[in-house]
Amino acid sequence: MDFIFEWFRTLYSETGVNLPFIYDEYDRKRMAEGLLTTIWLSLICLFFSVIIGVIGAWLQGSSLKWTRRIVNGYIQLFRNTPPLVQLYFFYFAIGTLLPRVENDWGGTSPMLGSFAWAAISLSFFAGAFNVEIFRSGIEAVPKSTVEAAEALGFSRLQIYRDITLPLAFRVVIPAMNNNLVNLVKTTTLAYAIAVPEMLYEANQIWSDNVNVTEMMIFLLLAYFVLVGVLVAGMNKWERAMKIPGFG
Amino acid sequence: MTWSATSDPMVSIKNVYKSFGSLDVLNGVTLDVMKGDVICIIGPSGSGKSTLIRCINALNDIQSGSILVEGLEVNDPNLDKLELRKKVGMVFQQYNLFPHKTALQNIMMAPVRVLKQNKKTSEAAALELLKKVRLEGKENAYPGELSGGQQQRVAIARSLAMQPDVILFDEVTAALDPETVGEVLQTIKELAEDGMTCILVTHEMAFAREVADHIYFTDRGIIVEHGPPETFFKDAKDPRTREFLSQIL
Repeated sequence: MDFIFEWFRTLYSETGVNLPFIYDEYDRKRMAEGLLTTIWLSLICLFFSVIIGVIGAWLQGSSLKWTRRIVNGYIQLFRNTPPLVQLYFFYFAIGTLLPRVENDWGGTSPMLGSFAWAAISLSFFAGAFNVEIFRSGIEAVPKSTVEAAEALGFSRLQIYRDITLPLAFRVVIPAMNNNLVNLVKTTTLAYAIAVPEMLYEANQIWSDNVNVTEMMIFLLLAYFVLVGVLVAGMNKWERAMKIPGFG
Repeated sequence: MTWSATSDPMVSIKNVYKSFGSLDVLNGVTLDVMKGDVICIIGPSGSGKSTLIRCINALNDIQSGSILVEGLEVNDPNLDKLELRKKVGMVFQQYNLFPHKTALQNIMMAPVRVLKQNKKTSEAAALELLKKVRLEGKENAYPGELSGGQQQRVAIARSLAMQPDVILFDEVTAALDPETVGEVLQTIKELAEDGMTCILVTHEMAFAREVADHIYFTDRGIIVEHGPPETFFKDAKDPRTREFLSQIL
């Protein structure tokens, strides 16, 4: 490995192209942690936003008027406000209302850290879109198929779990992919509340090394690859879920 | 349960009224179906045939009247729908198979999920049913890989897997190619011969004549005329019945 690091050091001294996150151990560690934080935050938000979408779409079909109203209110609130404002709202408004807890150094710190707030905020943000996406999928499931399940004695929950949801999923995969791709890109907003994700760490590195151009190019490519991997995975999944003669 | 004696009808429909908004669909229908009976309901489009049989398993509710299925009152707000649907099977015009499940899974699903049967037992029973509807070897085919007639036979097997006491057939051959109609009718005929109680809405007059114990002719939400097929087709008395038969035969 050393000769690679050496090569990048020489590249810097010969051409001025400075990539310290490759040759410098400290910056390398920062960048790796940033990347892992971004991936971890993305995975958590992907998971919970899909859960919120599935449950929200189920509640939207409820016979109780107020349940439907609450779900619709949630969707409107999170769809019609900027995700950065939501993030600030959770972190600064709700975060400061929560009690503080004692930390390891004898002081006090907020109950939930910036990472937790970013995960909560972004899950709700993407979840609102997922509810609408799943609803469109559920509406695409033929009523007659649901009726057949009813006639066989399935309960409403069994129909949702065994019939409606699996069929709706297949319909919504492309729309959901778009939303999840946007979600991964939106994790960069967590930078604003100092979550040490990739953009934040890159900022640290360019502040120390004054290599803004290189870091910007790197960030662009890094997100391109990251989202590319996600899209490839989703496409593979979409193909695996295909059923003959449907959709 | 009040239903016990064999002389009681299995399905007893009394004075049933049903409307969709301002549209009256059933205007006082009364009919009884005895155990082992095969009855065919015929009539012009929009005469309420399909609505009538959809009311029997509570897919549609009724405004007034009574529908008793083995003593179970369907027009009861506290009706246990699961209990009703264990007794009543249904086969639809558009088959309505679950497209993401194989033929075998389609048949097994309700016994496993609804009756909580063990998987092995249901699988063996499902394979047996596939054989009964002459679809051995198709257990792993998805509905999209089967012809209309094959799908409809899977749908019949799926209904049979719940071991219902009566099966409702809602124009089950209306969406099929002419050459596959025969295979589905053959399957139904075998069921009828096995003693299954069947209520069919159909446009297949020759078939109705062959399998039915009793024919009901509906028009504008009432039963205009009914009788055993021999007399019904030969000497219908009501002019509406005669007109309908003259157009269709």
